[in-house]
Amino acid sequence: MKRLALAVMSTIGLAWPVLAAEVTTFRLDNGMDVVVLEDHRAPVVVHMVWYRVGAADEPPGKSGIAHFLEHLLFKGTDDLEAGELSAIVARNGGSDNAFTSWDYTAYFQRIAADRLELVMQMEADRMRDLRMTPEDVATERQVVLEERGQRVDSEPNALFREQKNAAQYLNHPYGIPVIGWRHEMEKLNRDDAFSFYRRYYAPNNAILVVAGDVQPDEVLELAKKHYGPLAPTPDLEPRARPQEPPQLAERRMTFTDARIAQPYITRSYLAPERDAGDQFAAARLEMLAAVLGGDAATSVLGRKLQFDQQKAIYVNASYDGMSLDDTTFGLVIVPTPGLPLEEAEAALDQAIAEFVEEGVDPEQFARIKMQLRAARIYEDDNIESLARDYGSGLTSGLTVEDIQAWPDILQSVTEQDVLDAAKEIFVRDRAVTGWAMPQAGDAQ
Amino acid sequence: MKRFWFAVALMFLAAFPARAEITVQEVTSPGGIKAWLVEEHSIPFTALEIRFRGGAALDAPDKRGAINLMMATLEEGAGDMDAQAFAEAREALAASYRFNVYDDVATISARFLTENRDEAIDLLKLALTSPRFDPDAIDRVREQVLSIIRSEETDPADVAGKTFDRLAWGDHPYGSSRNGTIETVTALTREDVVDAHARVFGKDRLYVAATGDITAQELGVLLDKLLADLPPNASVPLPPRADYQLEPGITVVPFDTPQSVALFGHRGIKRDDPDYIPAFILNEIFGGRGLESRLMRELREKRGLTYGISTSLLPMEFGELVIGQVRSDNARMGESIDLIRQEWARIAREGVTEQELEEAKTYLTGAYPLRFDGNAPIARILVGMQMIGLPRDYIRTRNDLVRAVTLEEINRIAGRIYQPDQLHFVVVGQPEGVTSAN
Repeated sequence: MKRLALAVMSTIGLAWPVLAAEVTTFRLDNGMDVVVLEDHRAPVVVHMVWYRVGAADEPPGKSGIAHFLEHLLFKGTDDLEAGELSAIVARNGGSDNAFTSWDYTAYFQRIAADRLELVMQMEADRMRDLRMTPEDVATERQVVLEERGQRVDSEPNALFREQKNAAQYLNHPYGIPVIGWRHEMEKLNRDDAFSFYRRYYAPNNAILVVAGDVQPDEVLELAKKHYGPLAPTPDLEPRARPQEPPQLAERRMTFTDARIAQPYITRSYLAPERDAGDQFAAARLEMLAAVLGGDAATSVLGRKLQFDQQKAIYVNASYDGMSLDDTTFGLVIVPTPGLPLEEAEAALDQAIAEFVEEGVDPEQFARIKMQLRAARIYEDDNIESLARDYGSGLTSGLTVEDIQAWPDILQSVTEQDVLDAAKEIFVRDRAVTGWAMPQAGDAQ
Repeated sequence: MKRFWFAVALMFLAAFPARAEITVQEVTSPGGIKAWLVEEHSIPFTALEIRFRGGAALDAPDKRGAINLMMATLEEGAGDMDAQAFAEAREALAASYRFNVYDDVATISARFLTENRDEAIDLLKLALTSPRFDPDAIDRVREQVLSIIRSEETDPADVAGKTFDRLAWGDHPYGSSRNGTIETVTALTREDVVDAHARVFGKDRLYVAATGDITAQELGVLLDKLLADLPPNASVPLPPRADYQLEPGITVVPFDTPQSVALFGHRGIKRDDPDYIPAFILNEIFGGRGLESRLMRELREKRGLTYGISTSLLPMEFGELVIGQVRSDNARMGESIDLIRQEWARIAREGVTEQELEEAKTYLTGAYPLRFDGNAPIARILVGMQMIGLPRDYIRTRNDLVRAVTLEEINRIAGRIYQPDQLHFVVVGQPEGVTSAN
């Protein structure tokens, strides 16, 4: 009965029209890329500038400078007082913010569509004309140290994640936290910020994403007027970070912190990311994570470890292919209270081994594909999240065509592809395994 | 016919006359169930938001956490389907149902495609009206809840929240966590969970809104199909008013962490108070507006004492607070507390300036339309309006109400909203030079 219904739904799913937002792209003469996503349901616009620079592009010993600079971008320009940009956006009913990752730094405003030029003018102003007083730099350094205190030092899980990342990447700067190591953050100064800024904040290193109730030709005209006159950085080389050597031995760590309420295990494997024109390996891993993780009641690991054996209160698999360089495939298990971590880890390994023997359940696979098709309908309701997909994709080395092709590539993955991916990825010599627990004796 | 986008930009509306309107309809089903609806046919799905007044504060004495556990188990098997079969059916439809509970309200947020709307509603109805509450499902969810409670016990912000609530509200349900404690949750039985279901779900406490690809007539049929079989009345009355019991002072909860968390506040103002809108604007200026607020300027922008500080009005159904939160390194928390006290006294004494009020008004009136940015957000706003008794045309009049507030009005109430001599701080951490005092 249920099987029949599923077959019917799949057929309807394939026939759905593609509703994705209208996408238009341009490139300005100074090298700045422009992407326009149209959504005319409400007179709102999201204006974003994404720089192809992030924490993994920092000079050695200057960890945190990309994120610190992001804070300093709010400290004024030749035309704007410190805080004035945000104040003007707020006075116009908008909101603004910024975020930094290993691969990008992005600034955005969300505002009534007729105020687009206002925010564009201010964002263009701070691309080249930043000013910051030594006092502002000193105060803001305290703020980012407090931010580290709040987000990392007060969160034992975040500290554990930081240690695990450092162990995962022996050579690639993905092993260094985006917010920075505290001892290096304390020494970041105004010169560090300015030299990073002058080199990387330039139109030929930036992508403008405008999404909402706008016409592409109007956006192009405004972009030419405000971003067009900005000078590019002439000698900007392609991004090339130190890459990982082959991993030949499993890495294991035990992390203890009294604030961890209950022991758990994470396992991560170095994994390929989505590459321009070559996303299939990543698509297989994305589907593998959906088959293993996802809803506990229907996923492979949830069924085996939470339902059948009741060895875990939580288990998951994760993969995010949006990355400039090699990413990771992750597993996590929070064992049922009282179960030793050693047994929990053995149960997790056993579940993976059984899965590789048993293969993919075709009904589950069809349901996952059905949900992916539906996601394309649901995501049309959130233009801002779509805009972020384009911004993060383009700063992670993908093209607009790659981003648009991704849903179809996911649909093309077969059960056998997923199984092949599992056999390739789950090699213990290429894994980092971490035990987190309140105190040393708690593993048993 | 409620056009509210007009507030954004008349110029723009003139250029694109058909785009920017949203019409809120009131729908009454053939069976008499009322809902508010915004039709939005450009994307083939619907967001449905259902709420029941009451929530976790309806827990029976000594059964704290029963309603939370019940809501978390609704999707774990219904009708002839166990948890796994139910999840398979939902995934095959690509529908989503979220069940949540807060102190004053139980919420159901559903999202489903037009293609299979009937099946998605049938399935949701099963979860809502025929949950199985299988003992193994209850036990599985119970372990997850216990895990959350254990995590909260070692999280400084959660410790601060629980401490403040306990001191402020005592034995009233507001005084304890809606998740319950290790002891109460461990002791809950299947009968307690079934009883919790009867306490929450009654048509007398029901509020509904929908936004998306559905007509008024289709929604009427859907409402009867989904909700007509609910009991006419929930099984218990709403809780009594809560007495605020906290004296001014400082409570330090020692906790081994490099950065302290402080919650601070005192008695608040009711949502139906005639001064609520001026009070809301006042709070926006003081601690509500992100980087632009007075407290953020004084603590973060000028002194780097914190990454974030905020305050809010918290008008719950049966008790009200003005409450704020800040985190600072242990060495600097004392300075943060002193500054908060100073600013609290300054705004109570002097109020705000004409310029601060004007900037807050332009922000609030400009930002309001931007909240209506998707089917689910619109449905949530509409159902929230119903629960606080606002009329449908509030969407049209709200910005005028904000614009009409005068400096005189706002400064008249500043000393009533902010009472520096009533402030109590709960500080979790090892704040240097800060000790408990009443």
